[in-house]
Amino acid sequence: MSAIYIARANEVAARSLDGEMMIMSARDSTLFTLNPVGTIIWQSADGKTTLEEIVENKICAEFEVDPEEALKDVESFVADLAGHGIIVVSDVPISLATTSLGGS
Amino acid sequence: MGALATTAGQEVIIEIGCMPVQVRSGSSAFLQMIAERYSGFLNPDASPVFELNVDLVAPGRITEEEDLSVRFESGRWLIERGDLRAEWEPASRRGLIVQSPNPYSIDTALRIIHSLILAQEGGLLVHAASAARNGKGFLFAGISGAGQPTISRLAPPDVTLRTDEISYLRRNGHGYVAHGTPFAGELARVGENVQAPLAALYLLRKGPDNAIEPVSANEAARMLLENVLFFAQDPKLVSLVFESACELVSNVPVYRLTFFPDERIWEWIA
Repeated sequence: MSAIYIARANEVAARSLDGEMMIMSARDSTLFTLNPVGTIIWQSADGKTTLEEIVENKICAEFEVDPEEALKDVESFVADLAGHGIIVVSDVPISLATTSLGGS
Repeated sequence: MGALATTAGQEVIIEIGCMPVQVRSGSSAFLQMIAERYSGFLNPDASPVFELNVDLVAPGRITEEEDLSVRFESGRWLIERGDLRAEWEPASRRGLIVQSPNPYSIDTALRIIHSLILAQEGGLLVHAASAARNGKGFLFAGISGAGQPTISRLAPPDVTLRTDEISYLRRNGHGYVAHGTPFAGELARVGENVQAPLAALYLLRKGPDNAIEPVSANEAARMLLENVLFFAQDPKLVSLVFESACELVSNVPVYRLTFFPDERIWEWIA
């Protein structure tokens, strides 16, 4: 399976309130509140770290979850965020300067 | 009528949220209607921060847009709905409204232009009732039917109702000032042109008893954003509105206020 890289899109607004990340798509005003796992994924979406590394080093290190199950859930979650244009997914590392909405 | 201001009686200055707007029209009858609708918010001595010319046309469809459309093109905002077409150019602070002689189209245009300006200043237009008591401002927001008009109706005499429909919030340092607006709701009367520092935001719901409880910041932000009036399809301004809502709930106490609809609820608000 090839590596998956994720990066935060540029045209989103995000803010941590009470320890939960709130994200609004500036494109369609959809509002997301991320749970602690989602918040870790969002904060780790630097375009350089693979999804597998995020799951292994950040999520499995903090929560008692099966790595394979976790990766499957995270892929689904990331696909949902990507569908709303608030995260960018690629099979190569992503430069943060190029993560405008509509980019990939 | 003394409210009509300045040259040849062809303009009025409407000041909402300390933001005077000059409205011009070739029709004295239209201006008279506007002056009556916004009485209490007229300030003929103010220096307008922007100007709007109103071109009156015969009643009927003006644009093909069924729904409200607000977009930025070639340096100006375009506001279109079946009954109105408006342009507003931020650089020159001038605008044009094309509509029939009715008070509702210009009311919509004013709400939208104010919301665009407020967004850039960190302020918000919120679908919420607001009131002032003892120099403090209170905001009452909630889903439709949550009780904003009811709580407004129950207000005792020492409470100044600023609006039962649209609240106007401007940044003031880390706090917010709530201004009255003439944008009327169910009570069908305009609010009073007063302002007070925002002391609390109440998220309303009706219940069998009165109860008050704090609300987490993220829930408060979510509820507030659901009630913010903002219509523009503009990513930059949408981000600013989001930031403003988060900023407000981080700096102003937010409570869930469950209330039984009688006057005792106002014993809880001070």
